[in-house]
Amino acid sequence: MDRVQKLNLVGLSKADYAAAPSTLCKGCGHNSIANQIIQVCYELSLRPQDVIKLSGIGCSSKSPAYFLGQSHGFNSLHGRMPSLGTGALQANHTLRAIGVSGDGDTGSIGLGQFKHLVRRNVRMVYVVENNGVYGLTKGQFSATAEYGQDLKYAGHNDFPPIDVAVEAIVAGAGFVARSFAGDAKQVRELLKAALSFRGLAVLDIISPCVAFNDEDDSRKSYAWGRANERALQELGYVAPQDEIVVEDYDPGTTAVVELHDGSRLTLRKLEADYEPNDRLRALERLRRGEEQGELVTGLLYYDDSRPSLAEVSGFGATPLSELPDDLLRPGRDALEGLLAAYA
Amino acid sequence: MGVQEPLSSPCVGAAPTAIVNDFSIAVATANGTGSQTANLALLRSFFKMGIPVHGKNIFPSNIQGLPTWYHIRVSRHGYVARRSPELLVAFNPTTIHEDVAGLPPGGVCVYNADIRYTPDRADLTYYPVPVKELLQDVDVKGKVKDYVANMTYVGVVAHLLGVPLDVVRRSLEHHFGGRAHLVASNFDVVSRSHDWARECLQKVDPYRVEPMDATEGLILMTGNEAGALGAVFGGVSVAAWYPITPSTSFIDALRDFLPQLRKDPEGRPTYTVIQAEDELAAIGMVVGAGWAGARALTATSGPGLSLMAEFLGLAYFAEVPAVVWDIQRVGPSTGLPTRTSQGDVAFAYGIGHGDTRHVLLFPSSIEECFEFGYKAHDLADTLQTPVLVLSDLDLGMNNWMGEPFAYPEEPLKRGKVLSAEEVERLETFRRYADVDGDGIPYRTLPGNQSPRSAWFGRGTGHDENARYSEDGAVWWRNMERLARKHETARQHVPTAVIQESPGARLGVICYGTTRYAIEEARDALALQGVAIDVMRLRALPFGAEVEGFVAQHEDLLVIEMNRDNQLRDILRAELPQHAAKLHGVGYIDGMPLTAAWVERQVLGHLNGRVD
Repeated sequence: MDRVQKLNLVGLSKADYAAAPSTLCKGCGHNSIANQIIQVCYELSLRPQDVIKLSGIGCSSKSPAYFLGQSHGFNSLHGRMPSLGTGALQANHTLRAIGVSGDGDTGSIGLGQFKHLVRRNVRMVYVVENNGVYGLTKGQFSATAEYGQDLKYAGHNDFPPIDVAVEAIVAGAGFVARSFAGDAKQVRELLKAALSFRGLAVLDIISPCVAFNDEDDSRKSYAWGRANERALQELGYVAPQDEIVVEDYDPGTTAVVELHDGSRLTLRKLEADYEPNDRLRALERLRRGEEQGELVTGLLYYDDSRPSLAEVSGFGATPLSELPDDLLRPGRDALEGLLAAYA
Repeated sequence: MGVQEPLSSPCVGAAPTAIVNDFSIAVATANGTGSQTANLALLRSFFKMGIPVHGKNIFPSNIQGLPTWYHIRVSRHGYVARRSPELLVAFNPTTIHEDVAGLPPGGVCVYNADIRYTPDRADLTYYPVPVKELLQDVDVKGKVKDYVANMTYVGVVAHLLGVPLDVVRRSLEHHFGGRAHLVASNFDVVSRSHDWARECLQKVDPYRVEPMDATEGLILMTGNEAGALGAVFGGVSVAAWYPITPSTSFIDALRDFLPQLRKDPEGRPTYTVIQAEDELAAIGMVVGAGWAGARALTATSGPGLSLMAEFLGLAYFAEVPAVVWDIQRVGPSTGLPTRTSQGDVAFAYGIGHGDTRHVLLFPSSIEECFEFGYKAHDLADTLQTPVLVLSDLDLGMNNWMGEPFAYPEEPLKRGKVLSAEEVERLETFRRYADVDGDGIPYRTLPGNQSPRSAWFGRGTGHDENARYSEDGAVWWRNMERLARKHETARQHVPTAVIQESPGARLGVICYGTTRYAIEEARDALALQGVAIDVMRLRALPFGAEVEGFVAQHEDLLVIEMNRDNQLRDILRAELPQHAAKLHGVGYIDGMPLTAAWVERQVLGHLNGRVD
């Protein structure tokens, strides 16, 4: 069978997951991430109609227009995608959501909404396409730019970066990962695992801006990422329908994370002593990586003990948006009974 | 008992003629002393006697300690506008001189005798109440004693005016629900004070109450409660808000009603209420929920509304239903945060940047709060746009009489939402195409299983297929369609209420709670031979009847609670051919209007002294 025509479990080809051609710069890391989202949704056999894609404002936030053309999407306001997503997913908690944000969108104008999204544990895959610079306004530093960096347009950066992964861990996120747009396999496996998580999964993906921040000495560049990436694990996602086979199983160096929907994530440890279930260790490792000039990637932190917002809300199987009118409007007796207390 | 008689002589002049069921009481206390329970007990007692009544809480932005007043209007004619009080209950030492000075000659002052105060007006009747002494043998301790202290004036006023004790008891039972011990401890103080007043005070003032049957079948409720109840019957499923006076009690009521009224057969909630981190997030959640197909609302006040501006512009342009209850208070900025106003009208009508025009509803009663509570969602869904309900602090936070609410007979109006099957039958689904010529496009909801149903919401320019476009002609066409939709809205919104009088030449235009003072003034003016026609707007954009009313009058006075006559300016802008005859007066001290003020404005205008 021709590769293009290969169909997945819901009868769709990979082309069915594509959307409008990207208008981002050639070589932009965001395009690579969009392509991985297409690949992952195809591989997982998700119905595009069951997925919503959300974003704020910025280069990154244009991304949802470039994947899953058969999914409803909303390109909302700068930094406000978390609230819009929260409302949408409370209205219909059966949808899966992929939110795409940027470092300006998440680390500056939307930092408050991001922290509260984490706090509420809304079931969403939240991807930060992190390039340390404002592209659409042509080259200003973002809040994730490194301390002391010099850029042609923006000049000298006098302030330390906000680390999105640290903020997510501190705020209580149960799934926090960092990746690099140049590491397609890792991005894919993390996306798959994130889509199976019960609550908010944060993926901070270093995604170089080829127009304004791709100098070799920039910590958000392709060259620097390739040279300095330190992956914590080699990841393998096993879908619920597949039998788990862990090749080259080496006790003590491989762990299996059971995900909420029955799927599993295998972690072949590259750093033997790293356990992704220790919040303080995760923070410490990120801090050490920052100090040593490493791009620490992989599953940084995992804890699925906290219910999602929809679970806390106690909804039934039918989403609020699809409830029949007789469940939305109480009967005449209910009104009369209630008003009697005000007579 | 220590004090045996009033300290002063009866009011000056001849023996008073009884004034029955027609007066206003002001109760002056300190914020946070539990006086609200006492005030509501008095209010509800009059109501239970069948006498038309209304209470206004005039309170500071403070938790405890600052002066607060409760005004109770008792009116056998059914008037409920604020009126300068003839009776004063002076329990706040810091304001007693100012409060007493505000009484008219012949007025009555019931005061706490423990306050260091010497009566200083010979034209008033004074009744000192020895509060500490009355509480000496009461079996309550500590802070509770401070709270029940207010029940002393309930007992004394009940005796002076002639409220039967069993009526007060029933009011307390209503207030405290099933908590018998609270009823008992409060009523104990009421009855002791009542008995003391009967034995020790000589009634010399003319004010009293007599039973009527004017409240039979009516209810007492706040506007915020009524609006929230309306929303529940309108099927609201997602509510998100950030606390702000005077809108907080709207959500409090929602959180009270929803668990009682809205569960599925398995007992699971058919709703969610989220306290957001700020107003930006609150409206964001509402827009997200509206986009995903749930009926959603937020409640806020002016400062919160300003934070919602960007999202409301987006919702207007992306054409997403959303309902915002703006319980107006005095601005700009924090302004007078616990005082009432109609100052958000112009801002709300155009909120967003660029060309935006929203649908506004102006409820004026608890019945309309309930009705607009569900209709706002019907309108938002029908028009696929935000609908802002502009209530105010006076309506929202005070108790008003009203008819029991009529059950909504018409089914929920969900507007032009296409199912998967309907999408499949179409040649193409064009999200923003004006298929019906009314400016309202068809939409699909996320989760629609047709692969052709998807569309991409955005604030950037888009064509009929919801595709990104910066084409000027496409933009122009889209904005023209949105203007057409706004015209369509005129046919859907509640129509204005017009009251005409034979021979009237002046047309008075109002909206919201100012109606009560204006309607009372209209009656008072009629007695003086001055007839006016009154039109009360209930929505923007206004319908054809508004233009008709304006066209048929040569002289129009717009009365509103803002300085700059915001509605007058909107009318002038939209009816430029009539601009010159639309005059405005604004009332801006944060207090609700009085009929006397309206009367003066009308007479002044007719005599050429105003505007």
